[in-house]
Amino acid sequence: MRKTLTAIVLVMIAGACDQGEAERPESLRLIAHDSFAGSVNEETFAAFTEDTGIEIEMIAAGDAGSMVNQAALSAGNPLADVMFGVDDTFLSRALDEDIFVEHRSELLDDVVPGLRPETRLVTPIDFGDVCLNYDKAWFEENKVEVPDDLDQFRDPAYAALLTVEHPATSSPGLAFLFATIERFGEDGWQQYWGDLRLGGVNVVSNWDTAYYGDFTRYGGPSPIVVSYASSPPAEVVFASEPIEEAPTGVIEAGCYRQVEYAGILAGTDYPESAGDLIDFMLSVGFQETIPLTWFVFPANRDAELPDVFEENTIIPAEPTRFAPETIAEKRDAWIDEWVAIMEG
Amino acid sequence: MKTIRWGRLMVAAVPALFIGYFFLYPVARILVLGLSELGVGSDGVQARLFQIGWFTMWQAVLSTVLTLLVAAPMTWAVAQYDFRGRRLATALVTVPFVLPTVVVGSAFVALGWRDSVGAILAAHVFFNVAVVVRTVGALWSRLDPTLHDAGRVLGASEWKVFRAVTLPLLRPAIAAAGAIVFLFTFTSFGVVLILGGFRYATLEVEIYRQAVTLFDLPLAAALAVVQLVGVTGALYAYSRYQERHTATWALRSEEDRPRPTGRARVLVGASVVGTLTALAIPVAVLVARSLQPGSYRALVRDDPVVGIPLASAGNSLLYAVLASLIAVTIGVLAAAVITGGRGRLSNWFDLTLMLPLGTSAVTIGFGFIVALDRPVDLRASFWLVPIAHALVAVPFVVRTTVPTLRSIPAEIREAARVLGASPLRVWREIDLPIMSRAALVGSGFAFVVSLGEFGATSFVARPNTATLPVMIFRLLSRPGAGSFAMAMALAVILAAMTAAIVLWIDRAQFGEIGAF
Amino acid sequence: MLSVEGLDVRLGGKHILREVSLTVGDGDTVAVLGPSGSGKSTLLRAIAGLVPIESGSIRWDGRDVTAVPTHLRGFGLMFQGYALFPHMDVAGNVGFGLRMAGVSSSEVATVVGSALDWVGLAGFGDRSIADLSGGEKQRVALARTLAPEPALVMLDEPLGALDRSLRERLLVETRSILRERGVTALVVTHDREEAAALSHRLALMRDGAIVQSGTLDQILADPADDWVREFLG
Repeated sequence: MRKTLTAIVLVMIAGACDQGEAERPESLRLIAHDSFAGSVNEETFAAFTEDTGIEIEMIAAGDAGSMVNQAALSAGNPLADVMFGVDDTFLSRALDEDIFVEHRSELLDDVVPGLRPETRLVTPIDFGDVCLNYDKAWFEENKVEVPDDLDQFRDPAYAALLTVEHPATSSPGLAFLFATIERFGEDGWQQYWGDLRLGGVNVVSNWDTAYYGDFTRYGGPSPIVVSYASSPPAEVVFASEPIEEAPTGVIEAGCYRQVEYAGILAGTDYPESAGDLIDFMLSVGFQETIPLTWFVFPANRDAELPDVFEENTIIPAEPTRFAPETIAEKRDAWIDEWVAIMEG
Repeated sequence: MKTIRWGRLMVAAVPALFIGYFFLYPVARILVLGLSELGVGSDGVQARLFQIGWFTMWQAVLSTVLTLLVAAPMTWAVAQYDFRGRRLATALVTVPFVLPTVVVGSAFVALGWRDSVGAILAAHVFFNVAVVVRTVGALWSRLDPTLHDAGRVLGASEWKVFRAVTLPLLRPAIAAAGAIVFLFTFTSFGVVLILGGFRYATLEVEIYRQAVTLFDLPLAAALAVVQLVGVTGALYAYSRYQERHTATWALRSEEDRPRPTGRARVLVGASVVGTLTALAIPVAVLVARSLQPGSYRALVRDDPVVGIPLASAGNSLLYAVLASLIAVTIGVLAAAVITGGRGRLSNWFDLTLMLPLGTSAVTIGFGFIVALDRPVDLRASFWLVPIAHALVAVPFVVRTTVPTLRSIPAEIREAARVLGASPLRVWREIDLPIMSRAALVGSGFAFVVSLGEFGATSFVARPNTATLPVMIFRLLSRPGAGSFAMAMALAVILAAMTAAIVLWIDRAQFGEIGAF
Repeated sequence: MLSVEGLDVRLGGKHILREVSLTVGDGDTVAVLGPSGSGKSTLLRAIAGLVPIESGSIRWDGRDVTAVPTHLRGFGLMFQGYALFPHMDVAGNVGFGLRMAGVSSSEVATVVGSALDWVGLAGFGDRSIADLSGGEKQRVALARTLAPEPALVMLDEPLGALDRSLRERLLVETRSILRERGVTALVVTHDREEAAALSHRLALMRDGAIVQSGTLDQILADPADDWVREFLG
């Protein structure tokens, strides 16, 4: 008990003394969504700590939406120094709440074209594509052509093969809806989804139900599901028995690209070191660990992809991307409209 | 007299400060923040709100009733009879209670039970049977059998005795179990999301959707208020009911259960085997799916992405120990205050302690963020997870200890006082040892609540230590046959750990409790 | 010496004790006799400090103990239902008062042993309360009350719950224990014979008030009213 009290008092004193500008902190707090935080280990930031002497303290904050909300609710008195993992869907909310301070990374020129945001408040670190995955074995056995255009799903024979996630409860579900909106236009997508519904498309609430419940690869009824471009390489890496080639493939049509950003949280005492951390995350060394750790793609174009990615997936040439403002403005209405079409 | 009141105040202060600082204050802060921005809702919003509120309510009521009915035969068997494997059976019943909803959801989906209210109700029953078996069973096993025998001698049939004698005596425990099941199902999240398809939404689901994905904090706050009002109403009804039905009866030692013979033997066998088999079906699916080559071995290997998966079991155990220690301390002190005091105040206190069970994880998690930055910044502290778990676990300790404390005749405490025991000493010598068994059952519940907790954990900003359910969730959200089998294997380990812990707690005895 | 003066107790709006005055001399036994519901038990509980007092005073050897909390009064009370502690064995029950007084455990064991001797339960120390018969429980309760040697011993219907033959035997035993140990005692009962057997001074109680007091012979010779005459038969 006495120890705890002493600790509390010390923490309070330390807090009170912290006001002055400290050049190099002993540690930086990095807040991220669970799927990033969960894959961080001692080696993840070892190079950074070696260079700067700064330890990284990882804080897990639930999913991306919950993390951005937490940051908004603690604006000005942040839970951490740097936030990683805010994506396009939640970016405009984050920007509205003034939770970031500006940072200009020198590595920004090396970023894959199209990923750079207009704002300096956040820096792109990685991107991931939501794409249709298909079960190679099923298409071979049933001698069916793998579709290569979204339009083909208007045919009930294809619509019935497809499982999608609900856009209100699942982010890949929402991404796929965006892809169809771009493909068929703001006035045309409603008809498209009407056709999918008539054709018997299967809708489930979340990704793991779709993938592990309804995908033929796992004993389900659908040979095509909405998943990620990185899913086939993951199938190889996380196979139960070693395999050479992914049992699933990616359909290039209908992919939607999500970019994940990092930003310095307003109110941090160490904006400079925080900036260094972001630069580190964009450096080639860190970027090359991204694919096999988080199963997304490095934003730095100089970073090389591991073989298992090169061999088993594609980076779609023209994925759909919506501006954060567009998403913020129209998402709710689109989801409501989608619900009316699919459930009405 | 004054010294006694001061003592009581000090005892009351600990749980009151705990619930006040870690629950009421954060929730009030977040709700005020949300509601202050609230515009006038359109008619469409109000209609949807009503629709969601209505569904939330009736599915919870129906789930509770069904759970009580389904659990009845098993409760009867383990409470009334002694048979081989009795303890194991009661431990096994507890397993579903801790399984993460994602895992059970996927088992139900695999069985084809999905996209329907039926599937939701079935899952709710599956999760909560343990609450009834353990809460009601604890009292039933200690009812004085002469009451039952008296009824039989007076010419009543077994069934009539049950209706006229046993059932009324069991009412407080049935109400307590019912209240807990109601709160759990009223705030159901994962089950509704996964098994309800997308046609059904509880207030909990809608609060999450509004707050987290749509950023409509004002509407989420309004929904949270509706949820709190509903929960408070239900709890108020429950506490009024308890007030009218508290009595002190002759209780017996629970050790002297008879062995079932004749027809009873068949019925006991059928009840236990039937219930366990039904509960085992979804668990069997998990086991079957976990049996991929090397899936269990992979749990102890260093995975490049999530580390050693089984290490999460250590984290979970640590959190569970801390959470149940906090919950038992707070719960036992609270139970003393609740049973020691008369009237409204202690009733409201009791009710307030139950509220976290019926409050959405989003509300609590976001409340922590806006409220806990002063005097010490606890917002991303290690302690938030065990504290959040303890908030949910305290009601279990209170619900199991209060009936026991209430069943202690006033004369026993008075006798101790006359013999020279100060109020504090009376509590230590009489209340504490007599309730220790019940407190142990309660802490067992607290422990497993913490082991299985996912919702609140995932809404709390915290150091990067994954609990078992969080690890299962992580494994389940990445592709690959290996990941999937590992997630299932980890769920099986969680189930086995739960059964083992409950079995161990049931065997442990703190002090001998005689008949009274 | 116990002296109670003008004791008034109200519970839940009901006037339970009205202006009760009573004295018990050192080494004396006084029996309060009255029908059930007349307030006898409440009188004992008030003297023990278990119920709040509206007005009046309770003195022990001239010292006002009205405001002293129960556990510091040093009185003993044997409850009607015995109120044995279910979670302790016989020795634990009998030694409870001594432990509260801070007596060392070896001494507690000695006193418990001899207390059980007085009540004829030698060797019962490690028995569970649940395994005792009605008569044994009564004797354990008596031993528990007497063991700490309280200044005043109060017995509430000490033999009320026992069957006839057992009562007669225990009546004799209880009386001899009280006499031998020279305790100051206040006994409450609804049974005239029991009252007469345990004490030579009686106080008759009705509706919360003492109607008449004195020895049985005095009262029988000059009953205060018809009710007294009828009650004593």
